[in-house]
Amino acid sequence: MTLEKRKKIEMYRKLLEIRHFEEKVYDLYGQNLVPGTIHLYAGQEAVAVGVCANLRRDDYITSTHRGHGHCIAKGAQLNRVMAEILGKKTGYCKGKGGSMHIANFSVGMLGATAVVGAGLPIAAGAGLSIRLRKTDQVVACFFGEGASNQGTFHEGINMAALWKLPVLFVCENNLYAMGTRQSRVMAIENVADRGVAYGIPGVVVDGNDVMAVYEAACEAVERARSGKGPTLIECKTYRHKGHSRFDPATYRPKEEVEEWMKRDPITRFRARLLEMKTLTEEEADKIEQDVAAAVEDAVKFAVESPFPAPEEALEHVYI
Amino acid sequence: MREITYRDALREALREEMLRDETVFVLGEDVGRYWKGAFKVTKGLAEEFGDERVQDTPISESAIIGVATGAAITGMRPVAEIMFGDLSTLAMDQIANQAAKLRYMFGGQTKVPLVIRMPFGAGVNIAAHHSQSLEAWFIHVPGLKVAVPSTPYDAKGLLKTAIRDDNPVMFFEHKLLYSIKELVPKEEYTVPLGVADVKREGEDVTIVATLYMVHKSLAAAEELIKQGISAEVIDPRTLVPLDKETIVKSVKKTGRIVIVTEDCKTGGVSAEISAVVAEEAIDYLDAPVKRVAEPDTPIPFSPPLEKFVIPDENKIIGAVKEVVH
Ligand SMILES: Cc1ncc(C[n+]2csc(CCOP(=O)(O)OP(=O)(O)O)c2C)c(N)n1
Repeated sequence: MTLEKRKKIEMYRKLLEIRHFEEKVYDLYGQNLVPGTIHLYAGQEAVAVGVCANLRRDDYITSTHRGHGHCIAKGAQLNRVMAEILGKKTGYCKGKGGSMHIANFSVGMLGATAVVGAGLPIAAGAGLSIRLRKTDQVVACFFGEGASNQGTFHEGINMAALWKLPVLFVCENNLYAMGTRQSRVMAIENVADRGVAYGIPGVVVDGNDVMAVYEAACEAVERARSGKGPTLIECKTYRHKGHSRFDPATYRPKEEVEEWMKRDPITRFRARLLEMKTLTEEEADKIEQDVAAAVEDAVKFAVESPFPAPEEALEHVYI
Repeated sequence: MREITYRDALREALREEMLRDETVFVLGEDVGRYWKGAFKVTKGLAEEFGDERVQDTPISESAIIGVATGAAITGMRPVAEIMFGDLSTLAMDQIANQAAKLRYMFGGQTKVPLVIRMPFGAGVNIAAHHSQSLEAWFIHVPGLKVAVPSTPYDAKGLLKTAIRDDNPVMFFEHKLLYSIKELVPKEEYTVPLGVADVKREGEDVTIVATLYMVHKSLAAAEELIKQGISAEVIDPRTLVPLDKETIVKSVKKTGRIVIVTEDCKTGGVSAEISAVVAEEAIDYLDAPVKRVAEPDTPIPFSPPLEKFVIPDENKIIGAVKEVVH
């Protein structure tokens, strides 16, 4: 598959946006500017970027507690995502949601849920709505391998498969759900194998290779748009940090961490772009500098934004 | 006596009961040696009792409670941990239709000695999916007992009793309580279910509070006494069974009641306690019943918003002054 140069550069920029954004979130947390908890996406960027690069603005995604990257990949503005994480009035959810519950309906980001596995039936429901409204949109539903042990995974995928709904079920298998290694809670190695049980394709891809993810998602989107139903895509990946900000992740063997760090999706893609002469070193550096500046702007915007007024807590319970 | 945290107190209760009775075992997400429980309550237990008796599970709340129930009706005494109380929603059928009803529905043939431990409550800015107080949902289900300990002493004593109880017990642990400390006896003791504790005696007003709100109410009482108002603070400690007698007796003495809970006001724990007072002590009241509770919203993320909806000392003091003056 030949991808236009412009597209590849766009993907590279998005990968960097997410990485820099997450590094800033990590720092801001250390400065006590981020309330609550955070689950960083660093290391998994290729999944969100590779999938979302296939989506139109009017397509949908659903996300998880580890959702900053999904939001950014789908086209949300960095400054408003950052403002939400800091609990500010200018955040997409006006400070009601925070890091684990960001949504931006204007770009089809139907929301992150902090309840593991809750997004799958909701994604299927968005698919059903597409069917009923007779549009050609698709839905990409992101979730972790841990979520695939919830009933909602099985119930949601079964319905989507049965009704041939236009959904991509994108499992980000980062090997661990909190401190629990996948092999200690599942008797199979590939979540994708569960596709068979519902009569849909289940494919395994290298989740740290943005092109591989792009290609798998491209096929699944075509399938979905043409009415052939859902695909289960399992992206093997790894989170760079602990589960949440204070998790030192001591349950992961050092060699394993090192091995995966060598497969960093951004370093790999950069090398490939240079090798394919899509970008020169200077161009690649320039993109990174631009991204870093944009993220700085987002931080400034978020930090300077006001908190919501306390009484706003009472708004939005009902219409 | 030595000072230990609420977290340590719970761990001691689990450990002592596991030593005492081989049928007691723990299961839940990340309760084992790798994570030791989301709030570290089960730290060290897997090392001492082995991974089978401190069983890590997949992220499958419904099945966690289902398998615990299945084990309970066949001779075991499981203590299941749901990582956050909000997630008990995923296990609602297994809790409310299965565990709670099996004994009754099967004409008393079986029993379900099951404890479901759950951290819950707001105050740490983790928003609508991880901060709720859902005690009221469970007091509405016949067959379930509901424990709500507010101190290390009560937490240990109640958990031991809950584990020995032959009924399913929902055991609520407020996140902000885990680190509080108190003197707790080294010797074996238990706290019975259904016996309230008068945490502070007073004459002018009865404050009934649960869980973290007990501490806020005690702080409010301390402030109120400086202003010449003497508040009695009662902690029911369990909501099912509810020690109505202690509450009613206090209301008969003070003639005024303020109920302080962190859950939503409508249909909440405070509504049930109000009804008890209305039924059994209305003639003794010199002022209307007053409730301080969450104003019927999901828990918002941003700190000023969360602070606005959660009861605090000032709101309690305000409510007390309304009924006293
Ligand atoms: C229903 C539910 N159970 C438990 C939790 C607590 N929890 C939060 S994240 C997490 C691990 C999720 O693992 P996975 O789905 O693989 O996603 P990852 O964190 O690896 O991205 C758990 C157990 C939760 N939020 N929701």
